[in-house]
Amino acid sequence: MATYPKQFDVIVVGAGHAGIEAALAASRIGCETILLTSNLDTIGFMSCNPAIGGIGKGQLVREIDALGGEMGLAADETGLQFRMLNTNHGPAVWSPRAQCDKKFYHTRMKRILESQPNLSLLQATVEEVIVRGDSVVGVKSQTGMEYIGKAIVITTGTFLKGLIHIGVASIPGGRFGEPPATKLSDCLFKLGFEVGRLKTGTPPRINKNTVSLDSLARQEGDEIPRFFSFRTPKTFHVEQLPCYLTHTTETTKEIVRQNLNKSALFSGRISGIGPRYCPSIEDKIVKFPDKPKHQIFLEPEGRLTDEYYINGLSTSLPEDVQIKLVKSLPGLERAEIVRFAYAIEYDYVNPIHLRATLESKNITGLFLAGQINGTSGYEEAAGQGIIAGINAAMHAMNKPKIILNRSDAYIGVMIDDLITKGVSEPYRIFTASAEYRLQLRQDNADLRLTPIGREVGLVKSTQWTVFLEKKKAIETEITRLQSTYVGNRSLFTILQDPKISYGKFEFARADLPDDVKLEVEIQDKYQGYIQRELESVQRMKLLETKRIPPDLDYEEIKQLRVESRQKLSRFRPDTIGQASRIQGITPAEIAVLLIWLRKHGA
Amino acid sequence: MEDTIAAISTPLGTGGIAIIRMSGPQALQLADAIFRSRAGRPSEFPSHTIHYGKIVQSGQVLDEVLLAVFRAPHSYTTENVVEIHCHGGVVTAQTILTLCLQHGARLAEPGEFTKRAFLYGRIDLAQAEAVMDLITARTERAQTLAARTLEGILSQRLETICEKLEPLRAEIEANLNFPEDDIPPVDQTKLCQTLDECISILQEILVSAHETRILKEGVSVVIVGRPNVGKSSLLNALVGKERALVTPFPGTTRDFIEETIALQGIPVRLIDTAGYRPPRGRIEAAGIQRTLQLVEQSDFVIHVFDASRPFSELDHKLQKICSKKSVIPVLNKDDLPRKIRSARYFAEITPISVSALTGSGMDTLRTALIKAIQSRFFGFGQTAQEVMVNERQANLLQGAQNHIKEARYHCDGSQKLDIVSDEIRRAIDLISQTTGKSASNFVIDLVFSRFCIGK
Repeated sequence: MATYPKQFDVIVVGAGHAGIEAALAASRIGCETILLTSNLDTIGFMSCNPAIGGIGKGQLVREIDALGGEMGLAADETGLQFRMLNTNHGPAVWSPRAQCDKKFYHTRMKRILESQPNLSLLQATVEEVIVRGDSVVGVKSQTGMEYIGKAIVITTGTFLKGLIHIGVASIPGGRFGEPPATKLSDCLFKLGFEVGRLKTGTPPRINKNTVSLDSLARQEGDEIPRFFSFRTPKTFHVEQLPCYLTHTTETTKEIVRQNLNKSALFSGRISGIGPRYCPSIEDKIVKFPDKPKHQIFLEPEGRLTDEYYINGLSTSLPEDVQIKLVKSLPGLERAEIVRFAYAIEYDYVNPIHLRATLESKNITGLFLAGQINGTSGYEEAAGQGIIAGINAAMHAMNKPKIILNRSDAYIGVMIDDLITKGVSEPYRIFTASAEYRLQLRQDNADLRLTPIGREVGLVKSTQWTVFLEKKKAIETEITRLQSTYVGNRSLFTILQDPKISYGKFEFARADLPDDVKLEVEIQDKYQGYIQRELESVQRMKLLETKRIPPDLDYEEIKQLRVESRQKLSRFRPDTIGQASRIQGITPAEIAVLLIWLRKHGA
Repeated sequence: MEDTIAAISTPLGTGGIAIIRMSGPQALQLADAIFRSRAGRPSEFPSHTIHYGKIVQSGQVLDEVLLAVFRAPHSYTTENVVEIHCHGGVVTAQTILTLCLQHGARLAEPGEFTKRAFLYGRIDLAQAEAVMDLITARTERAQTLAARTLEGILSQRLETICEKLEPLRAEIEANLNFPEDDIPPVDQTKLCQTLDECISILQEILVSAHETRILKEGVSVVIVGRPNVGKSSLLNALVGKERALVTPFPGTTRDFIEETIALQGIPVRLIDTAGYRPPRGRIEAAGIQRTLQLVEQSDFVIHVFDASRPFSELDHKLQKICSKKSVIPVLNKDDLPRKIRSARYFAEITPISVSALTGSGMDTLRTALIKAIQSRFFGFGQTAQEVMVNERQANLLQGAQNHIKEARYHCDGSQKLDIVSDEIRRAIDLISQTTGKSASNFVIDLVFSRFCIGK
């Protein structure tokens, strides 16, 4: 039994998207950090879709970047194609998205980690969390080495008892070709966490040289790419690559129908619930049998590879069926599969045991972030990772932790959903989950979050200076518009006319940067709505500040129904606000709780 | 639990004693304001004591009562509770209740005392439910068929609205959250149409609820007629006591005497006026002018005729003045030989024959008045209590309608669909608060069940 000679402030287990953000955050804030991973060669690997962003997810990436995180910069630097989605709708639902070079993303992230001061990188597989009393002390690797740290962040993704299925074959693995972590989830179970099983899948990859790309429709990137990071210069040049479109046919349907019994996902051979928004092709064809065609996208995986990702063909049908399926798609009659599609099931930990800081309620100093909490998506993982990393650092430094709530950020919406509702199917962020969607726009992530990032020490001078300049420019321009009158109407009011855009506004200041103009225009045109949402936010915050004592014995509150007492005892909400969002707790019971707290002097 | 609630705790009808109960922070002070007794003031009475005294309103005694005080926390609700035991009779109890409401209490919702008892831990859920069952049974017996139908109709209508709104929202959210998937764009025409339908349905519901606001000030009933036809006597008879000055000489009521009575719990302001005749002197002229104004502003008019004297030109003139209002013609003095022959002069409405002196026909008049009020303000024959509860709902539904109108305003293309969706969400929220069902965020479920999503 050896102990690593150096002791750390923060230990991060797992170098996926959550782990990277956590490790960088902690070390950049100034904590001595170590990142332990089973495989240095798959740091920051995109297991599935070679893309970052999308609806809701794009907003997450902007928020991570605003806090001083890394994902946005990485996506920009390794992007192959950039598109801003939903530009035909209002700015509250615009979301940036980019196809990325998978290999390059990994290499870049590894380099950043290697060169980061205060951060050590080490290849080791963690099996155990070492706990003394109800505090974490460190972790232990497969080979018996102990690492001592004040705060531990677990970000093991899909590796906990991961089991891969292709047709009838099952192979243990956290990803294809990588061994799973077998003992860690048992350890967590013993520590009192609820462990469950989820599943997901990934489609086949094909060699683009075997595809008749010329016969297919192309999807190009935006002419002027809009980047994720607030720090990426507008002048950054990208040679964009196209994606290609094809679709399923009647033949595809037939193949699926004839082979349904061989589908691991469909035949029920896999336990665990899959994501509704990422259905297998079997799911789609069975659920919507009358739909003649299902859309399929062919996406490049990198500049230095000919592998293309078949988006929309997730499946767990056996290999021979997959070959037929792929050939049934127009343009892919001669396509060759390079990697077969597969389904994977894995352990996850029910996040109801976490606080809004992502720290465990039962074990001090232990943080969980990423897919281990039942989320899916790189962006969802990274969003949790940066919060866990910041708070692990705060914990190690004995400083107050940060909490983002539902009106601060999509990260806040996500974390609150996770801890108050728990997870029974893989969680993904949706804009419809946000009550304050108009506040949580991709364009104002910095206005909302960069000050927080600055306060914890993650946002450095350069980013901060740029931010302050932008903020000042916006405020100055808005003041100017509000105080300049034409006749008896201010410029601000005139601009509110939906037919007038700032770009064509005769009183506009042409010298302002584009992002400032956008911000000014949005704040002008949506002013009434923004104002009203802010009022709702105020009312919501009142409930959030009403704290519940952590040792409250719900069994004493006889007016609550038995099942509600049980739920509250299980979830142990920190605030009345959280309690009100637990499924099944009625407003009347919240009233009871409030009265009880008042009576007992809380 | 900031407000003080009041209600009649005994079944309405003719019982020996009726109990009006009040609970809340203001109960004792409210009792001070309306109760006079040699024993002192209710706010000084020890808990669990009963004292004899009188309920007074503007110096007039309404009833001799026994008043009981229960001090927090040793009461049914654990708040300060005052019980007024009065001498039976619907009108007395209701008048005292109205008096309490006028002094700042709020009409309790069905079961609200028990609800407070439960919330404050005085009784547990099982006990609360047992009480509620009893109350519900009583209430149902007391409810008219029409009122129950209303509740059913209202819930049904609201369900219909939600059933129209939720798929709209799902369609919009599918488009907003999955733009790369093969989802048909939002059908703008259908969107606008459906929103318009919902606005109309809510408008219908609101129109009937809206009129109940008038109740806060009371339904106004102006009593008009030529001098000395017995208007003041009629007023007294309706109110049930000697109040207005009644002399045999015409022209004595120069001031406008107003009395509020409670008819089935509805505050009704009876306004006596100066006799209508060609004025002699400026003061009388001003009085007549004022009468006409009151008629203009009134909800109902009781036009009193002296049945023992022939129908005159003045009667006819007054009829014409009041022709645009809801009029109840009353032939008073039917204890005397009748000189007016109904059919000729009262084409549309059959007048009610009464004698304010003997009391004959007074119940018929009260009933007619109640019916007139009900059909105007409570289209479905609701009782006042239900309507007042529904006022809370009316506010919520008005809010919901406003949100749907806002959504409708933004249905002009795809630019503001996120706002449309949010407005619809708020509307559904408010409607759910009305029906008491919680609106879970199952728009996402709807999206997945209707649209093939997922790359």
